[in-house]
Amino acid sequence: MPVVMDADRIGRTLTRIAHEIVERNRGMDDVALVGVRTRGDHLARRLGRILRDITGRDVPTGVLDITLYRDDLMRHAVGPQPLVRRTDIPFSIDDRRILLVDDVLYTGRTTRAALDALIDFGRPRAIQLIVLVDRGHRELPIKADYVGKNLPTAPDESVQVYLQESDGHDEVVLQASVEQGGGA
Amino acid sequence: MSAPVTTAVDEARAATALRRKDLLGIADLAPDEIALVLDTAEAMKEVGERPIKKVPALRGKTVVNLFFEPSTRTRTSFEIAEKRLSADTLNIAVASSSVVKGETLADTALNLEAMHPDTIVLRHSSSGACHLLSRICRSAIINAGDGMHEHPTQALLDAFTIRERKKRLAGLKVAIVGDLLHSRVLRSNIHLLTKMGSDVWVCGPPTLIPADIARFGVRATSRIDEAVADADVIMLLRVQLERMEGAFFPSLREYFNVFGMTEARLRLAHPDVIIMHPGPMNRGVEIASEVADGPYSVILEQVANGVAVRMAVLYLLSGGAGDEAAA
Repeated sequence: MPVVMDADRIGRTLTRIAHEIVERNRGMDDVALVGVRTRGDHLARRLGRILRDITGRDVPTGVLDITLYRDDLMRHAVGPQPLVRRTDIPFSIDDRRILLVDDVLYTGRTTRAALDALIDFGRPRAIQLIVLVDRGHRELPIKADYVGKNLPTAPDESVQVYLQESDGHDEVVLQASVEQGGGA
Repeated sequence: MSAPVTTAVDEARAATALRRKDLLGIADLAPDEIALVLDTAEAMKEVGERPIKKVPALRGKTVVNLFFEPSTRTRTSFEIAEKRLSADTLNIAVASSSVVKGETLADTALNLEAMHPDTIVLRHSSSGACHLLSRICRSAIINAGDGMHEHPTQALLDAFTIRERKKRLAGLKVAIVGDLLHSRVLRSNIHLLTKMGSDVWVCGPPTLIPADIARFGVRATSRIDEAVADADVIMLLRVQLERMEGAFFPSLREYFNVFGMTEARLRLAHPDVIIMHPGPMNRGVEIASEVADGPYSVILEQVANGVAVRMAVLYLLSGGAGDEAAA
């Protein structure tokens, strides 16, 4: 189980991404963070804290649950439905630059669902995608604007992101097995 | 972020699916399944607060609302829930169906089934009508009220409303007052609240208290002051005049004097009491207008929450029976 990012590396990566965000979005006036549940939410809140330290101002932050927009929801005739949790975007996304945050970018299907969900909340000026790990194997024409680490993987490997908030420690691990999906 | 809520179920053994094809009653549900519906409903409630109140979750699914009894609130609530999930909906009311030409319930259901709906929402005046359909239909059956038996989505939306206000169900004193004999809402609520650890009191005229009601783990009384004393929740039930053939009490005026919820009686309850009513209300019979429209009333919140709870049930049943090995 090779560890591809440890806690220090994750921390430094998020700081670097935060600086890139400030560089690309001069003014930061109309910027807001939206994290994809669950780990994208934790990462968005961390980025929000780093951005506050850098710019001295709060960035509005929301959380998006994409379950009801999944493209595989009705594909299986019989089986339990995935759990749905609350979406909470406590600000208008109209005319804002939305920084969409997820832990792993893989097939691009989660991002597609997140884009559809976001558009139902309004018409943002732009949406930029931030991912901690890009593991390749895209099935849709989707590309991240900020990447923590490009990680070449085989299709039967899986990428696990562990974060303090949900898992008790910070780590990104590459696993050889296929038993758990590494975030679609 | 919504406020944290506690239920009788700990995280480790929380359900991740309903272990059934149909929702026929609360009696069949385990506490963790009830908690799953309520948790899912919290997410669904947020969908109804968006500028675009629609998600694609049930796209391509067909839901038939088959109503053999008049209903405004429940039928519209289901229909809005179905539309918010992008399902195709079909409403069949008894007055315009073949039922008036003598078709049996089973034949009506089989004919509908031949058109491959995914879900049938049934309201019927006979207790057990949904169980009959459940046995002969492949579609998921959702009970929207069957005779004097159960009305599970009403109990779920009541529990959702209580949990939202009180942050818990366990340990609350809930007084249910009114026509206990004819009420399917009562039966579903008793099952749900006792499973979730509430202290349930029921109160009504002795002629309207079912004989064996204490067997369900509730305390029955005809003294309203005793039922209401220090109650966290007071739930009023409609006096169902259309189901009463005998003389159960002398007059509506006397019923109001003895059992009607007035501001004076309300003072006996807990200072943060909430007043609930499944509707439709008989003002001046089971509830005084000042109470129905007063600050303790959550009656309109119940209606709003009904849509979220029905979305949760439709969504959770749309994948079919899950996790059957654990059932």
